[in-house]
Amino acid sequence: MGSLPFVFPFAELEVGQHLYWQIGNFRIHGQVFMTSWLLIGALLALVVIGTKKMERDPKGVQNLLEFLWDYIRDLARTQIGEKVYRDWMPFIGTLFLFIFVSNWGGALVPWKLIELPSGELGAPTADINTTVALALLVSLSYFYAGLSNKGLRYFEYYVHPTPIMLPFKIVEDFTKPLSLSFRLFGNILADELVVAVLVFLVPLVLPVPVMFLGLFTSAIQALIFATLAAYYIGEAVEEHH
Amino acid sequence: MPTLFLFGASEGGLFDFDATLPLMAVQVVLLTFILNALFFKPVGRVVEEREDYVNTSRAEAKKKIAEVELLETELKEQLKEARLSAQKVILEAEQDSDNLYKEALALATAEANSSREKARLEIDSQRDDALNQLKSEADNLGNLIVERLLAKK
Repeated sequence: MGSLPFVFPFAELEVGQHLYWQIGNFRIHGQVFMTSWLLIGALLALVVIGTKKMERDPKGVQNLLEFLWDYIRDLARTQIGEKVYRDWMPFIGTLFLFIFVSNWGGALVPWKLIELPSGELGAPTADINTTVALALLVSLSYFYAGLSNKGLRYFEYYVHPTPIMLPFKIVEDFTKPLSLSFRLFGNILADELVVAVLVFLVPLVLPVPVMFLGLFTSAIQALIFATLAAYYIGEAVEEHH
Repeated sequence: MPTLFLFGASEGGLFDFDATLPLMAVQVVLLTFILNALFFKPVGRVVEEREDYVNTSRAEAKKKIAEVELLETELKEQLKEARLSAQKVILEAEQDSDNLYKEALALATAEANSSREKARLEIDSQRDDALNQLKSEADNLGNLIVERLLAKK
């Protein structure tokens, strides 16, 4: 500890420490999968309970699920457009729900109580692997959406409205996943760090508003990621005439 | 000893890419298919069925309202016609009774006039008769007087 340039208790946070699982020649971050499985399990449990007995007059969990469905449909429809939003709604919705439960799960569940041999449990979206995986899926999706809807005419998009745009549009294909992944990763990690540092410095009262701010940020980040993903897909399938 | 690993450390670090990335991608794709089957399809079916139900119910209600409005205007029209015809009947009846009254009055006046005329004529003729008779009687008397006077002589 004393060897660090500043005597800050980052040891408590264990930033950048991972619990490695060895699978064949590959190593994976165990803590990310443990939390993501738990959260996905909770999400699926909610979905299974809510859809078990659905009626025309919704009751209980069905209301929540229908609200979520409606919300996701509106999001997909406004960004992608009336024509193909149905094909992409499950993907956009899964992104939104997965990121949302990951962010909130990371913020609300007291993972720190569980001791791991190395690293610590937290939001799966605070790991760069997760966010890059999600962002690359978005990139693949909008390429697939554009090519499957318009065939090779998809590449007209790169010279639209003038061929001068070509280099910028090519750069965009790289900046889109980069900004998507780093925005989510940075926000969630920063939120966890700020809360952890404040909890260490002032264990009472002061971290609470920051925690609420963190919940707000988490929800907003999930919405931003899903909206941008839908927007990129919408941009790819849009007809320029 | 726990240390702050940040950039590109050989072991760990914030930007430590490994097999977590593809595995997470596969996991999210799988989750997409699972959620599509468990959540998006069934909930979408229920919501869209309800939307259809609401839409058809609303359309039916609108149709019924239109029917009711049509009937209402028809009935109002009929009511107006009935009122008009009733007024016409009343007017006709009033005119009829007026005419009858006038006719009866005229008839009565005419009768009265004619009987008065008749009476006058009768009176006149009787007076004339009486005058004639008186005259002839006066003549007779005169003659008689004259004859008597002449006979005495």
